[in-house]
This record gives sequence, C-alpha cells and structure tokens, in this order.
Amino acid sequence: MNTSVTDIHETVFGMLRAKLEKPIALTDDTHIVNELGLDSVAVMDFVMEIEDRLDISVPLDRIAEVETLGDLVATVRALKGVQ
Amino acid sequence: MALLDKFAALAAQYGKLETAGANPFNVAFDEVLSPVEARIGGRSILLLGTNNYLGLTYDPAVIDAAVQATQHLGTGTTGSRIANGSYAGHRKLEQALADFYGRRHAMVFSTGYQANLGILSALAGKTDYLILDADSHASIYDGSHLGSAQIIRFRHNDPDDLDKRLGRLAGTPGDKIVVVEGIYSMLGDSAPLRDFAQVKRAHGAYLLVDEAHSLGVLGETGRGLTEAAGVEVDADFIVGTFSKSLGGVGGFCVSDMPGFDILRVVSRPYMFTASLPPSIIAAATEALHQIRLRPQLRHQLIHNAERFYAGLSALGFELGPEPSPVVSSIMPDPQTAFAFWSNLLEAGLYTNVSLPPATPRSLALLRSSVSAAHSTAQIDLALDIFATVGRQMGLIPAARRAAQA
Repeated sequence: MNTSVTDIHETVFGMLRAKLEKPIALTDDTHIVNELGLDSVAVMDFVMEIEDRLDISVPLDRIAEVETLGDLVATVRALKGVQ
Repeated sequence: MALLDKFAALAAQYGKLETAGANPFNVAFDEVLSPVEARIGGRSILLLGTNNYLGLTYDPAVIDAAVQATQHLGTGTTGSRIANGSYAGHRKLEQALADFYGRRHAMVFSTGYQANLGILSALAGKTDYLILDADSHASIYDGSHLGSAQIIRFRHNDPDDLDKRLGRLAGTPGDKIVVVEGIYSMLGDSAPLRDFAQVKRAHGAYLLVDEAHSLGVLGETGRGLTEAAGVEVDADFIVGTFSKSLGGVGGFCVSDMPGFDILRVVSRPYMFTASLPPSIIAAATEALHQIRLRPQLRHQLIHNAERFYAGLSALGFELGPEPSPVVSSIMPDPQTAFAFWSNLLEAGLYTNVSLPPATPRSLALLRSSVSAAHSTAQIDLALDIFATVGRQMGLIPAARRAAQA
C-alpha cells in the first residue's frame, strides 16, 4: 500500500482524476467545492473511497476543515501518520 | 454583495420552478378531505406522498382525544418540559411508549427531528464516536454535529464496512455508538439489522435504530424493524416520530439504559424548546393505542405497498431495492423528476420530488408513499396515472405488454 508523502499525494489526485467527468487541472490550491462542483455528500463519498484505499477513517469534523486538495492530502497524511 | 447572494445559484433554480408554476417544494393544499384526498384550487387530488402510513390523521378516536384535550387543558403548554411544560399527559404518553416497546424508559421530544438532535448530541461525548450509516437522515447528521463526538460514516447498509470501521477504532478510548434506520426515507430500503447487531456485539458498541418510517409498519406488533429482525435486545436506543404512522407531530426515544432519565437535564433540544400541546400528546397517545388495537391497518398498508411496488415495477419504472410504503422511481435527472411530478399533479396525483444532496448516490427521485387508507381502486388509479404520464413522457415502454403483469 502507498504510504509515503509523495504516494499519498499521487493516490488522492489519481483517484479524483478517475472520478471527475471532465478533465480539470488539479493543484494543491484547487478548491474542492467551488472548482470541482462536488456537493457536501459527494465530498464525503469521495473521502470514503480514500479511506478504503488507505485503510483509515476520516472523522467528519476533519473533512469540514478541508477546503482545498492540499488540505485534503495533509489531513489524510496526518491520519496515516505520514508527515 | 448582499447577505443572501451566496444562495444565488439555488435561488435561480428555485425561481425557475416558481415561474413554471409547478414547485414541489411550495405546494399548499387548499383543503384536505381525508388521509388520501385533498383539493388544490378546484381540483381533487389523490394523495400519494404524505407519509401518513396508517391513515390515522382522521381517525375518529384520535380526533376526539385531541378535541377533548384542547377543551380541558388548553391550546398549548407555553413552556418547556423541564420548566413549566410537563403535564400528566406527557408522562402518560412516555409510559405508553415504554410499555409498547417493553422498555424501562421513554422520553418525548417536540419533533422527530429534535429527538435525534436531543439524543445523539447528549449520548456521545467528546471522546466518543458516532458511527453513522452514510445514507442517514439529516436529523441524524445534525444531531451528531450538535454534540462534540467524532463522527464516522460507513457505507450504506454494509455490515462488513461497519465491521471494518469499528475495527480501525479498536483500542481507541471512548464509546462507539452505531446509528442506522429501520426504513430509509428516500428509497424505502431497510437495514440488514441482524448483521449489524452481530457486528455491534462483536465490537462492544452501542446501537441506535431510528424507526421513524418503520414504527407501525414493520414487526409483528408494529414496533418496527428491530422487532421484525428479532434484535430488540441489541438495540440500545430506539428513536421514532409521531408524524408518520401516528399522524401527528413529535418524537421519542425509548431505552433500557440505566440512568436514562438524566438526559432530561442534559439534552438541550429537549430542555430549551416548548413541549408539545395537550391535543398533540392526546392524539399521539390514542394513535399508539389504535396501532396496538388494529393490526389490520398494518396488513392493509403492506398489501397496498406491495401492490403499488409490483405495479410500477411491471410498468418498467426503476425502483428502490424492495417493496415498502416508500416507493421511489429513479429519474434520469432533476428536470425530468420535476416535469414528471408536475404532470402527475396535473393528472390529479400528488407525489414528492427528492433531489441530491438529500438523496443517496446523487439520485433524482419521484417519491411516493402509500397509506393503509388507500383503497385498492385508488392504488390502481395511481398506477394508471403513472402509466399514462410515464408513457407520454417516454419514461417507460409504450407497449402494454407489462401493464397486466
């Protein structure tokens, strides 16, 4: 399983690219709700896929703090114990 | 920028529905004639979207109880349960609920929404975990957020996924409370509760079951899915509402948990709101009595639900996974759902539209709910209207091949 700093970044971005219907340039600054058009439930469902891939659980209050893809990757790394 | 500009996109969509003259979120009935009939303007409407599962809103005994209570006790309590709003009737209803469920304790809340707010926010503390089915009702999410516990979702109706998520928390301090629903209000599917109970036992977690849509609907005596699945002993808390099968408004929680009554001075949605008026309490008490007295209501409901589900399925509509009093047709997109809803209403049939993010998997749904008060002829009339409008709109095959199946 991918657990290094770079690997977690690649995993999250790769999973998101596979999910988006049209290609959008993704960076750490991409705003998940405003730029990707995901509603609150869609964001939670995407996080659930990440949880399965990386064998972690992300509490909802941690998701609430996430605005950008960079925030999401940082949260996942912290929960995975990879900084 | 004006204060409400943040809702501009939503306001535009809402405005479009208003302009079209058919807004499912803003319908008013000019007159309601029975649990299943109403009038809008000059037109008679068959109601197929009220959650009035047992049709008790016009039950003579229930109405009489409400009238008597108003005459003897007034229109409102003008107070909260802990300050000045507890009457003998509130206690009597709590005793009746505890007795119905065979539990030691019951608490009544002013709405079903507040019952989830009041119980979930109070049960789980800062170091505890609330483990929610992903498709949980908004009141479960909101109640969880009102407290300070960690909230984790598991995949809808997936005991293996719950097992996995509880497994990840093994060794973590704090209590784990699993929350599921008897019948899910969007697609009408029910939880695999025996499997959930097993997972809950294996991990030493607590289990709360929200029976809002299954009280009076499932189980030998109408106690809901926990009764039907034979796992009442595993359900530490049952939450429910008076606003569906009981035909009123209000919510409750029953439990055998020692010390349960302390929640009365802990639960803020219980403490800081007005208690239910005497008429509502008396009506709910009588409606609960009617459920116990007349199991035939439940049998009629199930008969109607199965007939309607089978009929829509035969017509070619894509439905939720199992027959239940909630029967939802999956629409290709929200615009089609609005158009279908509007055309059904035009033809004299009232249903509901359910849209993301309130729905699972971003589905657009044309949602119906069946009542014991529907006659077989009314169920068949509803099916005829679905068939005619559905064919006109090209939603189902034009051929009659399936109509009699």
